[in-house]
Amino acid sequence: MSDHTVSTRPAPDWLWHLGLLAALVLRGVIYRQLAPLSERLTALLPINRHSATGEAIAFFLYDVPKVMLLLTLIVFAMGVVRSWFAPERTRALLAGRREGVGNVLAAALGVVTPFCSCSAVPLFIGLVSAGVPLGVTFSFLISAPMVNEVALVLLFGLVGWQVAAVYFGFGLAVAIVSGWVIGRLHLEGWLQDWVRDIHSGAALPEAFESDRLSLIDRYRLGFAALREIVGRVWIWILAGIGTGALIHGYVPEDLMARIMGAEAWWSVPAAVAIGIPMYTNAAGVIPIVEALLDKGAALGTVLAFMMSVIALSLPEMIILKQVLSLRLIAVFVAVVGSGILAVGYLFNVLF
Amino acid sequence: MEIKVLGTGCAKCKATADLIAEVAAEAGKKVEIVKVEEMRQIVGYGVMATPAVVVAEKVVHKGSVPSRAQILTWLA
Repeated sequence: MSDHTVSTRPAPDWLWHLGLLAALVLRGVIYRQLAPLSERLTALLPINRHSATGEAIAFFLYDVPKVMLLLTLIVFAMGVVRSWFAPERTRALLAGRREGVGNVLAAALGVVTPFCSCSAVPLFIGLVSAGVPLGVTFSFLISAPMVNEVALVLLFGLVGWQVAAVYFGFGLAVAIVSGWVIGRLHLEGWLQDWVRDIHSGAALPEAFESDRLSLIDRYRLGFAALREIVGRVWIWILAGIGTGALIHGYVPEDLMARIMGAEAWWSVPAAVAIGIPMYTNAAGVIPIVEALLDKGAALGTVLAFMMSVIALSLPEMIILKQVLSLRLIAVFVAVVGSGILAVGYLFNVLF
Repeated sequence: MEIKVLGTGCAKCKATADLIAEVAAEAGKKVEIVKVEEMRQIVGYGVMATPAVVVAEKVVHKGSVPSRAQILTWLA
């Protein structure tokens, strides 16, 4: 019960608001100075700015602080927003919801509900046992890891807002449609036996703990999210942007275009097949995505690769094996994989 | 007293158990920490996010590593 977190001598509320505002302004000022700063830093080094090494270093020095600044802002904001969306509230909102509307709502809630793959099983059971239809539960489970703020921020910062918007829209679409299809198939019998036997005896609570928090408590939760998420992903971002910088500086333009260009019809299924067993979080894969796009890989192929890496992973399936039968996991992977394939082809054809 | 930490062995669950042991030792309280890792038992407590903490068979915290201040209130 997180309302016990009050420290011994709390700072007055106005100080919190003021401090946050000052931090925001400072952040904005630094952000505007990034491009000249990184150029000046690169110029200090004894290398030719226009050589491959110079390109790679300038890219790295500009992208790392840019992404970090964007990420801290958004992760903090999402931490505050999420303090209103405890899993219990999501469950109450979804319980008894019909399919269709339920799938859309579940996918949207997946974006804002705090989620960690280690909690996927208790969350799954909590939803199913409260009478949330299986397909609706799946919409949530697909959208929660795939459409998250880290992925969107990195896409926005590194690739551009158009691709971020496309990813957001189609990520939700895949979650909604896949969940709906799984619901239509009526596979409740394919849950592990013990899961079917659990009935939620507990009545849904009328009031939520998360409503009793003060704004300052929510700020604290925002900072906790900041520490936790940035602490977890910064190394991936460095590695990812490093790899991206190498591709940017050294890999010839036409190599990627040949392998992952729109002409090669097999490139989308190949990207999905490679992406499914791969496990890295959004932070690690997106700088690579940026570099691939930069070198002429087709947008649809790259999107399909990214979605399959983030949405479907071997460790997650092993966790889900506790509640789903192998057959159900196979259906899950097949349905979501097909959705991602469709998105990939659609984009390669349209653009 | 007995404090249960619910969670399937994720990093945060271990951090929670360690922190409780540490705070209890500092406060000079004798605490037995029981790790509940079996999924059926965990969902039996009705939690939807791990790690969760159970004191006297009541869920007092869920979804994150608790703060020292919170742990002290459970030990009191």
